[in-house]
Amino acid sequence: MTYKKINLPCKRELLIDLKSGDQVKITGVLYMARDAAHKKITEDFLLTGEFPFDLKEQGIYYSGPAPAAPGCVIGPAGPTTSMRMDIFTPVLLENGLAVMIGKGDRSKEVVESIKRNKAVYLAATGGAAALISRCIKQQEIIAYEELGAEALRKIYVEDFPAIVIIDCDGNNLYKTGREKYRL
Amino acid sequence: MLNYEIMRLIDTIKIKNAVEKMCIEACCKISFDVIGCYDAALADESSPMGEEVLRQLIENAKIASTENIPACQDTGMSVVFADIGEEVSFTGMSITKAINDGIRDGYEKGFLRKSIVKHPLDRVNTGDNTPAVIYYDLLKGNKVKLTVMPKGFGSENMSALCMLKPSDGEKGIIDFVIDTIDKAGPNACPPLFVGIGLGGTADKAMLLAKRALLRKPGDRSSKKIDAKLERILINKANELGIGPAGLGGNTTVFDIFIESYPTHIAGLPVAVNISCHSLRHREIII
Ligand code: SF4
Repeated sequence: MTYKKINLPCKRELLIDLKSGDQVKITGVLYMARDAAHKKITEDFLLTGEFPFDLKEQGIYYSGPAPAAPGCVIGPAGPTTSMRMDIFTPVLLENGLAVMIGKGDRSKEVVESIKRNKAVYLAATGGAAALISRCIKQQEIIAYEELGAEALRKIYVEDFPAIVIIDCDGNNLYKTGREKYRL
Repeated sequence: MLNYEIMRLIDTIKIKNAVEKMCIEACCKISFDVIGCYDAALADESSPMGEEVLRQLIENAKIASTENIPACQDTGMSVVFADIGEEVSFTGMSITKAINDGIRDGYEKGFLRKSIVKHPLDRVNTGDNTPAVIYYDLLKGNKVKLTVMPKGFGSENMSALCMLKPSDGEKGIIDFVIDTIDKAGPNACPPLFVGIGLGGTADKAMLLAKRALLRKPGDRSSKKIDAKLERILINKANELGIGPAGLGGNTTVFDIFIESYPTHIAGLPVAVNISCHSLRHREIII
């Protein structure tokens, strides 16, 4: 397997090179947020006009880790189903979010927003949480600590394996992959 | 009439301890049967990306088992089946409390994620993964069989129920099941194990579907008519092309299990309960 390397945060010009079906390894900063954190981020934005972190050129990883066992940076942390974040996503994309990592289908609205904003949607392997957490080298909770596993975390990853599902032109591996192997 | 002379007394602390141990084991040790499915599919899968996903699952199961950490961060809502022999009587705390105490301690000691919210709308986390969803059944004998199934919600969310008409017959069942798997697509962490409940009432059908997920991979139904339908469905599901992690491929399901029950002259309930590739459960007989 050949992997494209990406560093995060990442300039748009570089993201445009990523094509649906590319396998990538990510190094750099990611923000970990799932259902409850997305709801809070959105509510806070409507209230104050600000996000808890600067979204520009950043990536969000949809995940809520298990507790860390002694000696571990973080507990197992695989991707969660992305579609539950769809309703919150276009606002984040319009405000600079560049990369999303999760698993599963996205809504039409999200795909349109990905195209408009030249963003990219990647998937990590659902259920491979113990393996994936090995790539997470640092983590800290930066907001909503009371949400426990759902708190907003900033993590640093090295060689985090993912696949480009929807590229900035809207090509979708979930569709093309399925068509290719459908009998 | 109950004959108390022959009742066997079980201290419910045994149940608590067993549940605690089973939660941790089910989440951290993917069973050998299931890893066998990964290996077999890897030999069979024609998509290179699908192969890569299967290799990751094999590696992930290894890491989780050696480090005794959960294979997946979603350590589920705890579904517990308590099949209780009619000649058993309990001493100590109530059996429901024993099960929930076992869940609470297992989730704490095993570093499992606490994923339960108190009310579906206010969504405040209960902090200890309780309460469990518990099904009690009475059977003959003087033993208790406990089964713990930590059910992830990526797959649970893609489950579905349909009250078909009797005239819809086998074709109706096939269409509904295949459509449900197609809609689950990449969301439910394929390759999937699919439990199907046929018959009973709406609630009974879903319970049968959940129970069907307790079967061993590769085991066909003992009823000829259901076994035949299982084979048809497995073939059709694997023609969908969804593949491992939904990236395209010929392994969309590892297995499909049917459990059936008598039903009403007016009805044909079909329930589909979906499990991801991890198919987690443990059982013990006390
Ligand atoms: S569906 Fe299964 S493998 Fe996927 S995230 Fe949920 S528990 Fe984990």
